[in-house]
Amino acid sequence: MKLLLKEMAKKEDLLSGGHRACTGCVPADVLRQVLLAADNPVVATCATGCMEVVTTIFPYTAWKVPFIHSAFENSAATISGIETAYRALKKKGKIKDEIDFIAFGGDGGTYDIGLQALSGAMERGHKFLYVCYDNEAYMNTGIQRSGATPMGAATSTSPAGSVIPGKRESKKDLTTIVTAHKIPYSAQTAPYNWKDLARKVKTALAAEGPSFINILSPCYRGWRFPMEEGIEICRLAADTCIWPLFEIENGNWKLNYKPKVKKPVEEYLKIQGRFRHLFKEANKHIIEEIQTEVDENWENLLQKCGETQ
Amino acid sequence: MSKELGWKKLPMGGIIEEAGNASSYETGTWRSFKPVFHPEICIQCLFCWIYCPDGAIIVEDSKVKGINFFHCKGCGICSRECPTKVKSITMEQEI
Amino acid sequence: MSSIVALTGNDAVGTAMKQINPDVVAAFPITPQTELMHKFADFVANGEVDTEFVLVESEHSAMSAVIGSSACGARSMTATSSCGFALMWELLYVAASCRFPIVMAVVNRALSANINIHCDHSDTMGGRDAGWIQIYSENSQEAYDNTIQAVKIAENPSILLPVMITLDGFIISHTTETLNILDGKDVRDWIGEYNPKRSLLDIKNPFTIGPLDLQDYYFEHKRQQAEVINNSYDVIVEVGKEYGKLTGREYDLIEKYMTEDAEIAVIVLGSTAGTTKEAVDILREEGIKAGMIKLRVFRPFPYKELREALSNFKVISVLDRCISFGAYGGPVFNEIKAALYGISSPPEITNYIYGLGGRDVGIEEIKSVYYDMKRISEGEKVKDYINYLGVRE
Repeated sequence: MKLLLKEMAKKEDLLSGGHRACTGCVPADVLRQVLLAADNPVVATCATGCMEVVTTIFPYTAWKVPFIHSAFENSAATISGIETAYRALKKKGKIKDEIDFIAFGGDGGTYDIGLQALSGAMERGHKFLYVCYDNEAYMNTGIQRSGATPMGAATSTSPAGSVIPGKRESKKDLTTIVTAHKIPYSAQTAPYNWKDLARKVKTALAAEGPSFINILSPCYRGWRFPMEEGIEICRLAADTCIWPLFEIENGNWKLNYKPKVKKPVEEYLKIQGRFRHLFKEANKHIIEEIQTEVDENWENLLQKCGETQ
Repeated sequence: MSKELGWKKLPMGGIIEEAGNASSYETGTWRSFKPVFHPEICIQCLFCWIYCPDGAIIVEDSKVKGINFFHCKGCGICSRECPTKVKSITMEQEI
Repeated sequence: MSSIVALTGNDAVGTAMKQINPDVVAAFPITPQTELMHKFADFVANGEVDTEFVLVESEHSAMSAVIGSSACGARSMTATSSCGFALMWELLYVAASCRFPIVMAVVNRALSANINIHCDHSDTMGGRDAGWIQIYSENSQEAYDNTIQAVKIAENPSILLPVMITLDGFIISHTTETLNILDGKDVRDWIGEYNPKRSLLDIKNPFTIGPLDLQDYYFEHKRQQAEVINNSYDVIVEVGKEYGKLTGREYDLIEKYMTEDAEIAVIVLGSTAGTTKEAVDILREEGIKAGMIKLRVFRPFPYKELREALSNFKVISVLDRCISFGAYGGPVFNEIKAALYGISSPPEITNYIYGLGGRDVGIEEIKSVYYDMKRISEGEKVKDYINYLGVRE
């Protein structure tokens, strides 16, 4: 698949400007990139969350595609109904167009409250793409920890206190959980690698059945980094192997990016305020734990992908 | 535009009838810093365009033409991600 | 053309759904709704319907899926009971607010705890403020008839609201009765094709539905909803009349039984209306001027019709198959009292909470309510306005 920005830039943006996302919001760019990569017309839904809120403040909508928001935990169930209606009406000749369906959800709406609906929709085999814009906490409600918040991160509900230094639990491995549904396509990507992201969206939409893409989507307000650094943070996440880029097509695991030099996790952690407390002497062991976990996960992934160190 | 309409005139079901009408909402007033585009240095890589969260990079015929200041919130991602040695987009204090 | 068949309430609704042949049905099993699903699954499996049947992983997803399909202009139906209905609660509001004409059969069942699978109306009464039209059924015939009428009411272009029809769990859902059913073709001809103005699948005319309202618009949208459900009385009555022309069975917002000269009356909804009619017949033989009002449509609440129908009685008793904890009486009692406020010389009104968790209520118990009313009509002072019928002390 040959992808050129020159070609992509000929397409109309399907998310308009004038949305109310924070200055420097990477998740908003993720939405843009995903929609730009879709070739067929798209019908979209989004779970309750920051992206849904900032894009649809009545009487303004940033969505140039047909869009529905219903609730927090039911993005996948809503798209199930949409995709089913499409099949029903197409069968009766009432719809002629080829349409693709995309359900968006943040990590709260996907890893946590919406996981059941997602699992059900994957099991039933609806043909749609689920995109999780993972900003690693409940950002819309004020940066509370979610199942996607990484170990050590300080959030409003897992603050860095004198006794408990941030979130104690590891991040849930959602991409693997979804992949266990044996759907035709699942992947992880990050928007710094626009080519990887676009290719994955196209592959996912072409899959005969449910597909899933987990997209790291840094939130500068929640992660506490300078607002122009959102894309660079993604790059560091991939270079430290904290957020590897990979895909699983019909059960075959494939690594899409292998850093030439695997950077230590400190490089990623040190520029984010949510990890600042880890650099205190008493908490440095947590950084070691994070490094150990990242190393293990990476090793595991390499094996699944048939790669060597 | 259904701005400030009463209940008798609003479209039913709480819908927004005009897709993408947020484009008429000005977010440019949020800026503290302003991107300045230097076309003479630009190599037309389009990174600024793909990474802009607000779709505020004006592109015509696949070439960057400037910045849409009606929408640009001044985050500086365009400048940060600009690969040229001397930045083709620089950030300046908004006056 | 119609035929007389013997069906359970669940099978009657299932048969109506087959004849409606909706585009999408999404459902999750819960007792006592299950056999309705089984029936419909048979129709799907044997190619007797074109419906896309989505077997979701929860009632929350069932309602979410029909919200999605209805937004696409697909005729969409579901069915549930009790806790399943409670799990849908959040989305009942979404369906009504977005004006999706979904039709749902609710097989009434008590709510937990303790868990109980039998009939009472706590489930649908809990969703009474969600913006749905609610129609209660006395028997299988009505459950069948109401299901068909619900489609026509919901899809009326001036309404476009979801409609729930209810049938009492086990008492109706699992009891075989004889009923008249129409020919499938007649049903489809009568309800007509559903061709909504808007669909999410109309990619040339994209719109956004379900956006965020701040303080500046939410209230206007709610005011609009209040207006539309209040405007639905006429449509419900009109559809009931048209259905009467088709079948000989005409339906109204309320049904009066032996009320012409009655001095005392029970107000009731659901299957107990049938038991009450029997009791009234016996009491009439005893020379007691007893009557009954059946409330068929609870939402919108037919306050005008009730005010007119009830004003001439000396005493009325409202039977509530639902307990509204901490309230002064059951939900039907409360609304009827409110409807009668301000009329000159209103009847004395008492309330009987009954039949919770499927507790049987028989003719003798209903008669005892009338005897209580009779004594009050003859001058006895009301001892308790809120009574519990058939509970052990």
